[in-house]
Amino acid sequence: MASQEDPKKARIAKYIDENLKQVFADLEGDDMPDQIVDLLSVLRAQDEELKATKK
Amino acid sequence: MSDLDPKDELVTHLPALRAFALSLTRNRAAADDMMQDTVLKAWSNMDKFTPGTNMRAWLFTILRNNFYTSRRKLNREVADIDNVFSDKMSVKPDHDGRLQMMDFKEAFDQLPDEQREALILVGVSGFSYEDAGNMCGVATGTMKSRVNRARNRLTELLHLDEDEALELTDSATMAVVGSPGLPS
Repeated sequence: MASQEDPKKARIAKYIDENLKQVFADLEGDDMPDQIVDLLSVLRAQDEELKATKK
Repeated sequence: MSDLDPKDELVTHLPALRAFALSLTRNRAAADDMMQDTVLKAWSNMDKFTPGTNMRAWLFTILRNNFYTSRRKLNREVADIDNVFSDKMSVKPDHDGRLQMMDFKEAFDQLPDEQREALILVGVSGFSYEDAGNMCGVATGTMKSRVNRARNRLTELLHLDEDEALELTDSATMAVVGSPGLPS
């Protein structure tokens, strides 16, 4: 992080971080890929099966 | 500390994990494969996660280790860049703003992997230099130096040290990023 003695550098750092945060927020808003949704379903089903066999 | 079951908590971190994967790989298919491996590893090793610690940091660490292991195996970049960041901004309301944002993303893409990662961890995700250093297996000073080098390089590429540049870019960029409901 830029020091307080260098306000211009701090301003540039803030500008860069804000832009990146916006890009990141856009990416986070994407739909989760099907392969990940499917994987989670499989993993949860496996956990349920395991639980059932332990009972 | 989260009250959620760890596996439920894992799911809440997936959007950020995917954004991190995309920023490292810059390729959707590679990012999704890497994410799939990470979810599998995390799920099957959930007993190794210490409750009360930072799960996002744990997940990011697994993913970045996967990324660098794959990169070493292939001895090259893990996949071709497919302009995943630029794709996000394919249709925008303001021509100048679009160009400014594209410039920013293209400049970011030009940074070495370690510097992109450092900026994302510290500048975007809010990890301390110390935590980010631990996640990447480097000293705190090394992490600081990576972040500084990344910012200096972006400053150079985008001419941000010119007095007018930041004002112009700020307004143009806000015309883009400040618009709600942009198509992905």
